[in-house]
Amino acid sequence: MSPFAAQGMTPVATPFFFYMLSGLAIIGGLLVITRRNAVYSALALIVTLLAVSGLYLMLYAPFVAGVQIIVYAGGIMVLFLFVIMLVNLERTVKERQFNRMWPVGLLAACALLALFLSVYEKGKGLFERSAYLNENFNTQNTQTIGVMLYGEAHRIGPYTFAFEIASLLLLVAILGAVIMAKKRI
Amino acid sequence: MSALTSYLGSTAGAPGTAGFAVLGWAVTPGEANNQLWALIYVLIIFAGVSVAVIAMNWIERKALAHFQVRLGPMRVGPHGLLQPIADAVKLLIKEDIIPAEADKFVFWIAPVIGLLAAFTVYTVVPFGPSQAVSDMNIGILFMLGVSSLGVLGIVMAGWASNSHYPLIGALRSSAQMVSYEVAMGLAVISAILMTSLNTDGTGYLSMIEIVQEQQRQGVWFIFKFFPLGLIAFVIFAVAMVAETNRAPFDLPEAESELTAGFHTEYSGLRWSLFMLAEYAAMIAVSSIAVTLWLGGWLRPFPNWLIGPVWPHEPVWDFIFALFPGLTFLGLGAIAVRGTVRMPKHPYFRIQTIGLGAFAAVLAGIGVLLLGIAIGANASGNANWLRASEGLSNVYWFVLKVAIFMYLYIWYRATWPRYRFDQLMKVGWKVLLPISLGVLIVTAMVGVIVS
Amino acid sequence: MNDTKAPANLDLETPEKTYLDSNELILNMGPQHPATHGVLRVILKLDGEKVLGTECVIGYLHRGVEKIAENRTYTMFNPYVDRMDYVAAVSNGLGYCQAVEKLLSVEAPPRANYIRVILTELNRIASHQLWLGTHALDIGAMTPLFYTFRDREEILKIFEKYCGARLTTHAFRIGGCQYETYAGFEKDVKNFLAFFPPKIDEYEELLTTNRIWLERTKKVGVISGKDCIALGVTGPVLRASGVKWDIRKAQPYANYANFDFEIPTGENGDTYDRYMVRMIEMRQSLRIIEQAVNGIPEGPIMAKVPKVIKPPVGEIYHSIEAPKGELGYFIVSDGSTQPYRVRVRPPSFVNLQALDTMVRGMLVADVVAVIGTLDIVLGEVDR
Repeated sequence: MSPFAAQGMTPVATPFFFYMLSGLAIIGGLLVITRRNAVYSALALIVTLLAVSGLYLMLYAPFVAGVQIIVYAGGIMVLFLFVIMLVNLERTVKERQFNRMWPVGLLAACALLALFLSVYEKGKGLFERSAYLNENFNTQNTQTIGVMLYGEAHRIGPYTFAFEIASLLLLVAILGAVIMAKKRI
Repeated sequence: MSALTSYLGSTAGAPGTAGFAVLGWAVTPGEANNQLWALIYVLIIFAGVSVAVIAMNWIERKALAHFQVRLGPMRVGPHGLLQPIADAVKLLIKEDIIPAEADKFVFWIAPVIGLLAAFTVYTVVPFGPSQAVSDMNIGILFMLGVSSLGVLGIVMAGWASNSHYPLIGALRSSAQMVSYEVAMGLAVISAILMTSLNTDGTGYLSMIEIVQEQQRQGVWFIFKFFPLGLIAFVIFAVAMVAETNRAPFDLPEAESELTAGFHTEYSGLRWSLFMLAEYAAMIAVSSIAVTLWLGGWLRPFPNWLIGPVWPHEPVWDFIFALFPGLTFLGLGAIAVRGTVRMPKHPYFRIQTIGLGAFAAVLAGIGVLLLGIAIGANASGNANWLRASEGLSNVYWFVLKVAIFMYLYIWYRATWPRYRFDQLMKVGWKVLLPISLGVLIVTAMVGVIVS
Repeated sequence: MNDTKAPANLDLETPEKTYLDSNELILNMGPQHPATHGVLRVILKLDGEKVLGTECVIGYLHRGVEKIAENRTYTMFNPYVDRMDYVAAVSNGLGYCQAVEKLLSVEAPPRANYIRVILTELNRIASHQLWLGTHALDIGAMTPLFYTFRDREEILKIFEKYCGARLTTHAFRIGGCQYETYAGFEKDVKNFLAFFPPKIDEYEELLTTNRIWLERTKKVGVISGKDCIALGVTGPVLRASGVKWDIRKAQPYANYANFDFEIPTGENGDTYDRYMVRMIEMRQSLRIIEQAVNGIPEGPIMAKVPKVIKPPVGEIYHSIEAPKGELGYFIVSDGSTQPYRVRVRPPSFVNLQALDTMVRGMLVADVVAVIGTLDIVLGEVDR
């Protein structure tokens, strides 16, 4: 019995929710690339992101799900919508949606899919059930992520260095964007 | 029927009788996996928030009017009490106008998204130690995330109106909301930090746990590490006013500016959905502030004033339990005074009767609440005690949120509004550095203290 | 701001697009707008949020008042004058009556002058109160509007008791006043003098030190004294830019030389200084009224003026300090009972020219504040 069931958190109708959320994510993704109107594409992308957030919830990672909503759906997509709405996209509505090279694109997508499948098959054994899962459920996901990113008990965690490097990278990107967009320095 | 009662009685932590079960569970229905009671809680909260929004509409008009030396609505119902209903009916029967080249689907869905975002937040708002629909362990994160989805509704509304001014107004509104979310988030983190100052160093994101942590630490977080908690609270209080686009940060909605805001082209029912979403968002962020800093449902001095007042009865708990009933009796008394002062003219007969009936209803509720409190104290029955305690919790929570609502109206009546660039300057250059500073200092003090 | 530029010739064609920012546009603050204090149309040329230039389109309230004057006798034209600056009608009447009296070489008796001064200063307070309420409302503070209108009622009650009208008073006649002060006039005025100073304190408490008010009004709409003089701007706008010029002191009329009061001036010429100047002016008006009401002489209220007014051939320009600035009347008489030409120099019309200089480089939200601070009345601008 999983540690979660012991706490009284029995999952409910898992197959139904999984198929619904994944189906929603896939349909959203398809809508993103097939809509002529860029705003519709952005809205479909929001649907996809929210569905993925639901999938995170099903994986008992509520913190990641919450952060996905805040950062991705509530922040990044708002910025996307800003840009789409400020730029005049009348021209693109009249263009062809898919050009003549679509078989090549389909071939490339299938190759990517084959790559993912082979990685999954070969690497299934690498991701074992994590040791962190046996601890207290109530603070598990948030605390686990905190420990991995920041470390605990006077030691740095496994991903601390990568996290700090990534934030430095973001800082450089912000500075670059501000400098490029300002009218005078 | 037997399946129903067995279902009601079969979940973990349920008391014996189903009658007072609403307020007496040990754990929220979400955690107890009880879909029926979760649904009932959802309906109660939905109805409650809708009533609160309607009441807020009336209070805003009357309070604003009294600030401005006038009376406000007086005709529709005694002292304008039926004015919100008249407004709602008017909005419902208005013609549904959609601008000529507007995008119909997005035009329709924008207020719906705003409304969904504003109302979904109430899933985790804690009215008591087990009175929430579902106590997620990422409660505060969920609240911040879902309220940030409301920005999408505004952006889409501005774009779908296919007009220059609503688009600019919507983009300004959303830029403002996004900017102040940063300061809000940092202030929230300071409060969450304070929850981890306990023996095993575990902090909580869950709303109910935050309040219980305040109870365990014996101090509301607004007073903790004075003045750090207070500064974080003030930052959040300012940022939440900007987040909900209310005065003095309401330039995108102002009438005397060039852009009349994202809801210019919306009329009738759709506009009322936006207003509903705005008031619901106001109540939601006030709930966050109350939960994180003002001790949620805790009565004043929950740890100090315990036990008997004088060497013998009564007990402080009992005195505080009388407050809900006394409040309603007080409101009833005000209504009675209003009834007595009504003009003695045949035209006013219906209004006088109506106000008298309203006063009777308020007084009746007050008597009922008093009865529950006194009965709980007298009989010592577990169910009565739980009911009285649950009612007290809800009462103190709603009272604190109501104070915030009054403050919102007070700000609107008193202050001029900020220009947009000054508004953004305040958000980024003033609130953000201060909240970062408070966060760092709180962390340092927390490490030193523990 | 060392030289004065005439308002720019706006290029109303398609704006050019610049790198990363194609935001030049022409925006129309139409005649129907909550913040233009009347039917004023302002065409703004914007670069994003910044104002590059403005052009005012006026004439929506033009009623041909000056042409009408040529077909009315001098006495018949008197009521028309109130309708120009309808907010402060008493001053209009004062200026016109004094101009015709100068043409006739007649002096109003001292008692009439004292009554005129009291009513004119009360009218100045009422006009400033209306300005304060609407100006604060434009900037976002809703409440001072109601307070100022409530207190303005006391002044309007006095007007109503005196001459029967609140708005377009027609209080004065050529040669003096028609109506004797009613029984209780001095008592009412003294009551008002006691009632009003705490009210000014109330308005100041709401606004003067409020941080948001300061940020919205300081350094907004700055105009230098030199620019003011070059554009012909008068009134509180001129005084807030540092120029100490008030016609009541410079060219006293109606016995103003008998009264002791001060002229407030500002330093920076921004919106905040204009606000402070008008607030202090309200208090100084109270001083004048107090001195006047304590010393009303006895005597006739009407000079010896013929029944049919036929001034000798000639022309006269007479100006007074209206609440909004220098209000001037240029009357040309050809010896008949009807004037040949009446030209009104309205202060709002001339002050409005300064709008362009004041809002260059400001943001759109400041345009509304600046229009409010100029205190224009379209009835006067358009006539």
